[in-house]
Amino acid sequence: MDLADFRKQFPALERKVYGKNLVYFDNAATIQRPACVIGLWDRLAVDSNANIHRAVHKLADEATEAYEQARLRVKDFINAASREEIVFTSGATASINLVAYSFGEKFVGRGDEIIVSAAEHHSDIVPWQLLCERKGAVLKVIPVDDSGHLDLNALEKLCSPRTRLAAVTHISNVLGLVNPVEEITRICHSRGVKVLIDGAQGIVHSKVDVTAIGCDFYAFSGHKVYAVPGTGVLYGRKELLDMMPPFMSGGEMVGTVSFSGTTFAPLPLKFEAGTQNFTGEATLRPALDLAEKINSDKELAGYIDGVRDYLYDSLLSFPGLKMFGTTDNLEEKIPLFSFCIDGVHHEDLALLLDKMGIAVRSGQMCAEPLMDRFGVTGMLRVSLAPYNTMEEAEYFMKSLARAVSMLK
Amino acid sequence: MNNQKSLQEIENEIVDEFSMFDDWLDKYEYLIELGKALKDYPEEKKTDDRLVKGCQSRVWIDFQMKDGRIFFNADSDAIITKGIISLLIKIYSGRTPEEILSSDFSVVERIGLKENLSPTRANGLVSMIAMIREIAAENR
Repeated sequence: MDLADFRKQFPALERKVYGKNLVYFDNAATIQRPACVIGLWDRLAVDSNANIHRAVHKLADEATEAYEQARLRVKDFINAASREEIVFTSGATASINLVAYSFGEKFVGRGDEIIVSAAEHHSDIVPWQLLCERKGAVLKVIPVDDSGHLDLNALEKLCSPRTRLAAVTHISNVLGLVNPVEEITRICHSRGVKVLIDGAQGIVHSKVDVTAIGCDFYAFSGHKVYAVPGTGVLYGRKELLDMMPPFMSGGEMVGTVSFSGTTFAPLPLKFEAGTQNFTGEATLRPALDLAEKINSDKELAGYIDGVRDYLYDSLLSFPGLKMFGTTDNLEEKIPLFSFCIDGVHHEDLALLLDKMGIAVRSGQMCAEPLMDRFGVTGMLRVSLAPYNTMEEAEYFMKSLARAVSMLK
Repeated sequence: MNNQKSLQEIENEIVDEFSMFDDWLDKYEYLIELGKALKDYPEEKKTDDRLVKGCQSRVWIDFQMKDGRIFFNADSDAIITKGIISLLIKIYSGRTPEEILSSDFSVVERIGLKENLSPTRANGLVSMIAMIREIAAENR
């Protein structure tokens, strides 16, 4: 795929900010959407706006078809065993909350334990903290070492007969390192511990095969992988989802309702109470089609790796710069770099870069415990997508140097 | 007293100064200089009660009363924020509480500062102004 042609699929990349070409390096927060996604979203809203599953008329049929086709696309994309294992949610946060509530309700009691890693996003910490408060359970934490890698030896020791579940990120949104989720799952399963993988970043940057990983749950958001905001997926093993009680209740998720009792719809609708974001979830289909195309394009992959390597080396040799999430093996690093520069506040840098046309992220990145771990109040993060170019990376490095010289 | 410029005159001067710069990068450069020039805020006064709530970066505001006027001092761990608070101090330090309370603080809008800050920064600016007003109200 020619990069210039590929970029043309993303209308936002053509815009200017403050009269300068936009350099969008905040892709880990949300990625720009391709025209095929925007087009489908628009078409469904105009032509096929009808509530799904229940009505028999033509519009409802089209809307339901688009929604369920997207479910099948997700199933194939992550290699789940069946469509029943794909629950649509509003995003990774909602997916994790669903498990924390429903799995917690069924399987977690007083004195039980939940494990998370020190590199988790708040969305993969707080739902577990609340679960532990509700149930009188204990939250344990896998530490990260100075380079940002999880301490798997510690994980082995943390797993006890009382541990019910471990929730670990596939790729940290701060460190950008791909965690060995297969090994983590193997360690946990050998001790009877269920595993949830937070795939918010993982779904974008690695080939996700939930069967190969072996995890019990995999959560991700649509908006980070080219689909529209307010969409997301919870993959769960059918056997477990079947045992778990509904999280939210109401329309769509029922079998029969009477005042003497209610039965629930079969999977996955059991977990999809209320009118779903049907025009949104449907966009996961073209979004994942595109993601697959990108994943299988060797030329593009080689180019992205080149940009990643250039930025990694350039940043590491930048005076006074400390990067978080370093490795000798760049294969395990996605093009996402969080760092601090001596004597310069990350927020000042972000403000100046913005005025140079570059969108980056500054602050705690929803990972305060990780900030504490590294003893900083915040970081600057640049996160790239496959549509970013070497020219943009070079312009970024020049701009960074200019911003630092203005501030020092 | 007579040789002191009125609050409005100072505000107009600041607006003029800002309008000299076409590019926002230049305006930031000016704020950075102001931030760097703001010095001598004692470490021991970086206390929670002097911390401005609602800022992404940390900002402390301290003050002293002298002859019925309020003299502000401030610091921040981010230099552009420090420049912004320095700008506010330039305008409002050495004024009586009544003068401060009579100002509508529209100067920040007139120089386009508010729109050109990220929403979190803009909130921080609002918080800084609120604290200055609060100090003025308490010392009336």
